[in-house]
Amino acid sequence: MERPIRIPFFSNFFYELGQVYDLAVRGFRAVFQKPFEKRNFWQQLEEVGVNSLPVVSLTAAFGGLVFGLQAYLAFHRYIGPGSESQGGPIIAVGLCRELIPILVGLMVAGRVGSAMAAEIGTMKITEQIDALFSLGANPVKYLVAPRILASMIMVPCLTLYGDVIGIFGGYTYNVLLMKVNKTLYVQNTLKYFEMWDISVGLIKALVFGLVIAIIGCWQGMTTEGGAEGVGRATTKSVVVASITILILNFFLSKILPATL
Amino acid sequence: MSKIKIVDLYKSFESKQVLKGLNLEIEAGETMVIIGQSGSGKSVLLKHIIGIMRPDRGQVFIDGQEISALPDEEIMKLSRKFGMLFQGAALFDSMTVAENVAFGLRRHTRLSEGEVQQLVRTSLEQVGLRGVEHLLPYELSGGMKKRVGLARAIAYSPEIILYDEPTTGLDPIRADAINCLILELKEKMRVTSVVITHDMNSTYKVADRIAMLYDGQIIEIGTPEEIRRSTNPVVQQFISGRAEGPITEW
Repeated sequence: MERPIRIPFFSNFFYELGQVYDLAVRGFRAVFQKPFEKRNFWQQLEEVGVNSLPVVSLTAAFGGLVFGLQAYLAFHRYIGPGSESQGGPIIAVGLCRELIPILVGLMVAGRVGSAMAAEIGTMKITEQIDALFSLGANPVKYLVAPRILASMIMVPCLTLYGDVIGIFGGYTYNVLLMKVNKTLYVQNTLKYFEMWDISVGLIKALVFGLVIAIIGCWQGMTTEGGAEGVGRATTKSVVVASITILILNFFLSKILPATL
Repeated sequence: MSKIKIVDLYKSFESKQVLKGLNLEIEAGETMVIIGQSGSGKSVLLKHIIGIMRPDRGQVFIDGQEISALPDEEIMKLSRKFGMLFQGAALFDSMTVAENVAFGLRRHTRLSEGEVQQLVRTSLEQVGLRGVEHLLPYELSGGMKKRVGLARAIAYSPEIILYDEPTTGLDPIRADAINCLILELKEKMRVTSVVITHDMNSTYKVADRIAMLYDGQIIEIGTPEEIRRSTNPVVQQFISGRAEGPITEW
């Protein structure tokens, strides 16, 4: 990924967009080419998935708690005391469709996307990527493809796990702390909450996983200028991935139907 | 037919034109040393030979096959012919010394794991290292890293070995040991070597021919004796290491 010419800011945006697109296409293609880089893939599954569990647990739990708190307050204040049990489905739907995919996406972008940019960026400036090439390993296939696949598998898994934790957080605040009627809360939730709500979150998570891996790898592969360059690539990967996730989230929410 | 042939090679980075119509032919089995100032494009030239970089214009032929026009996958298949020692060794941080040396062997050959391990030990012994197989790169000194990088480059017996400043950062004894190894590889394996260096002692010791790269072109090429006797003031200034002369850019 050489950068032969200096171009103005606006053209630069499209130039970088082209780079991302090119890397995404080559990375995707490499996922299906043999031999599959099993060792790297397992390492990335662990890095993206298992090692993100603590941070996802915390954010999902407190996300669920605060969402439960706001739902309780809203029903208590605007509908009246006794109506709080109707917050159950709102909490579950809101968490699964919006809050948890976003929180998981942002957390993984911060934790894993930055690590991808830093690791690959360091490999770039120390000529390790050139060494891969010289030893017969395609850097895109060796480094990018396993990360794309692992992210696209593990971000939805983390989101599903976060959904459970988040819903339990909302339940904990309403039923266990605020003594909302447990039976009504659960009944209302089961009545209005659909599998499609979970699916919407998982579709979003799949897209966010792809975005995080592609942007992290792209920043790493285009790193220039020593330690400072690695720092810049790391920061940029988090900022670009986070903004992209927030923008895509709106459009996905708009495109994906409310029910099936 | 030349083993390596470079025709009218141009390469620029942003506004800087690094190679300006470079031509060079290297015969099979010879050791070509390319000398030139820092930043003159020697490493860029090496990366064009192995296919890591693509020229803006011009062609690179290996055994008569033009590699500059091949897609990455085809170049990757040709990489079996090459071994490269990088300037900073470029060892993979996350792998042990043994895994680093075995990397190319596993990619380029179908040897059993036992044979791979045996070749890893042999390659490391060739560069004077024993008992370091389990160490990680950060546990090695600069010189040791370089030798592991060399072991990795020679492990699968490539036809062409590219050395990017092989003796930089080594003490004089180790540097001479590397020079002897370059000569030994040439004798035993009949490899074609391209060496980039600033070290004139090393140059005179290993070179069959020397090429001087200056201002994006090869300005002089010849045997060590011919280069010593060159009347070109740029070559004379460089090989004698004088600050005064036609080379004004440091």
